[in-house]
Amino acid sequence: MSTIADLHIGEIGYISEESLDSIPLKLLEMGCLPGAEVQLIQLAPLKDPLYICVNGSHLAIRKETAEIIKILKSE
Amino acid sequence: MSKNDIKVALIGNPNTGKTSLFNQLTGLTQKVGNYPGVTVDKKEGISKLSATQNAIITDLPGTYSINPTSLDESIVLKTLLKKDIKESPDVILVVADVENLKRNLLLFSQIKDLEIPTVLAINMVDQMHRKGISIDLSLLKKELNTEVILISARKNEGIKEIKEAIIRCHVAAKASPLCGINHKIDPDYFHKLKEISSNYTLYELWLMVTQNNFPETITKVEKEKLLAFKQDTFKLKKYQHKETIFRYQEINKILKKTYIVDKTKATDLRGKLDKIFTHRIFGYVLFSLILLVIFQSIFDLASVPMDFIDATFAQISDFAKSSLPEGVLTDLLTEGIIPGIGGVIIFIPQIAILFLFIAILEETGYMSRVVFLMDKIMRRFGMNGISVIPLISGTACAIPAIMATRTISSWKERLITILVVPFTTCSARLPIYAILIALIIPDKKVLGFLNLQGLVLLSLYALGFASAIIAAYILHKTLKVESRSFFVVEMPNYKLPSLKNVFFDVLEKTKAFVFGAGKIILALSIVLWFLASNGGDSYKNVEKDVIENIANQQLNTDEIQQIIASKKLENSYIGILGKTIEPVIKPLGYDWKIGIALITSFAAREVFVGTLATIYSVEADDENTTTIKQKMASEVNATGGKLFNFPVGMSLMVFYAFAMQCMATLAIVKRETKSWKWPLIQLFGMTFLAYVSSFLTYQILS
Repeated sequence: MSTIADLHIGEIGYISEESLDSIPLKLLEMGCLPGAEVQLIQLAPLKDPLYICVNGSHLAIRKETAEIIKILKSE
Repeated sequence: MSKNDIKVALIGNPNTGKTSLFNQLTGLTQKVGNYPGVTVDKKEGISKLSATQNAIITDLPGTYSINPTSLDESIVLKTLLKKDIKESPDVILVVADVENLKRNLLLFSQIKDLEIPTVLAINMVDQMHRKGISIDLSLLKKELNTEVILISARKNEGIKEIKEAIIRCHVAAKASPLCGINHKIDPDYFHKLKEISSNYTLYELWLMVTQNNFPETITKVEKEKLLAFKQDTFKLKKYQHKETIFRYQEINKILKKTYIVDKTKATDLRGKLDKIFTHRIFGYVLFSLILLVIFQSIFDLASVPMDFIDATFAQISDFAKSSLPEGVLTDLLTEGIIPGIGGVIIFIPQIAILFLFIAILEETGYMSRVVFLMDKIMRRFGMNGISVIPLISGTACAIPAIMATRTISSWKERLITILVVPFTTCSARLPIYAILIALIIPDKKVLGFLNLQGLVLLSLYALGFASAIIAAYILHKTLKVESRSFFVVEMPNYKLPSLKNVFFDVLEKTKAFVFGAGKIILALSIVLWFLASNGGDSYKNVEKDVIENIANQQLNTDEIQQIIASKKLENSYIGILGKTIEPVIKPLGYDWKIGIALITSFAAREVFVGTLATIYSVEADDENTTTIKQKMASEVNATGGKLFNFPVGMSLMVFYAFAMQCMATLAIVKRETKSWKWPLIQLFGMTFLAYVSSFLTYQILS
């Protein structure tokens, strides 16, 4: 299954229900909830960190965090 | 401050315009705990709610949730859990951004569950139309069961309504929880938790368990029972996750009925700007250009007012000398106090300009983009993208910079940032650099438009940053500190900076610096003057000895006076002190007068220039008042050449680039790391580095 780290710039995914327990509490609180739409907006060099928009929040997260959040791609 | 004042705590997510609202409510009444030394770091101000009612507003650090992940956020929880009558807030004012209402309401729902009267201010409503947002206000009030006010803090709209709501809310009885946390998760578990104490709400008890944060008022028995709940950490973590999901479900239900966004109306200015500012090449180019502009303007813009201040204080001193009766008090005033105050005032232009730029970068939302761009690079050196903010702020003053590290959640990354911040070129080094550069670097243009002196200054800044980065890398590889690194940063919307916010920010920081550091500088100037105008037996006999020695030389009175003055300084207490350390600093190219300045600036770098000013004005003959710069330029060394020549000037600048000469910073590091170990490592490590580098610089150049 793919994760946020697999998204291309501009691509949209949906956070999968099964990653609930692995998402850090702080990210949950900032709107990174299962089922939420997540779009990759920009990548820093070396694809780290990632600039995402999730549930209306614009956040920068590190690759290591993005890799543990599983998503379903839209197509 | 009277007993009847309502205590209001201002809480909200970062970037919601909380500061704008605070500025509108309190204006010039706001106060921040002064540094150095004091531990207070909360901002307070008085707001006149009505003709008869005042409120004391406390501005708490921005946070996304009541569950803290950084030191800054833990202050919010601590304030809210306080139960003593004096400190606990009567009313909480939650500020939310209309565009991110859903996420903002999470914090609101947590606060509401603490059952403290709460007012919700939805800010930036002037943007609603443009973003296609509409709100059913009366229904929202009913659903949230609270006072909801639509405001536009920057445009000063809705402020009166907030004041009225605070009064109404204060008068009304105790508030009710919004969600309650026990319903769906595990009724049995939370029932047992609630039974522990009737003095606290269920949510307060739950926070004590999850956050390990107990108010002083709790009994021993209660605390033990609560600690028993902490045993099952797996359950605790799981229930915290469930609680958050549950809160969002409730919020979604409410917003579905009351909050509509027409996405077709949204304009994508942010997206366009982000394409440039966070671009993997242009992003860095722009960042470098912005830094270049900042540092060029500090040198160019500040030099005019600085020269003016320098000359003005020389004139004031001169005027006082000629119009006051001769005596010890006049001497103290003209040779100690006036140059001392001048040494503080002269900082204001540079500090204010630097703080101004930093405030603008923060206000516009650009700083977060820098954090995004720099995180990966900073991580290699054991720091965090957020570390860029302290490192840039450090160019103004290390003290607020070290306090700004509180938002870094990883202890190791935070510690490394704290330890290396004093390498960045703070404004206290600027006057030293400025005066030395003016003395040893010609005032020329390079490539037609770049000021050579400005370029040298820029390279000193680069030296500061480079040494900070290298030191961080060494610490990263050698420090054995256990800590989990976690990083998430919000990228706020771009905004035009609010003049009022920028003004208050610059005013507050400049004031703190001038009054904090100013006291040390002034006190040291007076001590210095005393030590320079008193001495042992040899000092008292100077006049007699000189006259005996030069009896057969043809000298006029002025010349004799000058010889007496310099002999006096040499034999004064401070002269003896300088002479004592002269052998140690001679290999660096310094004489005993510079030695005196090194000793006195041990507490604060900025004292260096002031000390030289005092020394040379004690020494100078009374007829000619010249500026410090002119006095320094005319100093001669043993071989008859200029004392402040190129090798000596460079050696001094290198010394001040590395040396940890700031007591206030050491005190802050002690406070933030809760140990003397780290400030002592800084002090000895940096002083050693300074000595060795200056030695090499002088020996190679001369």
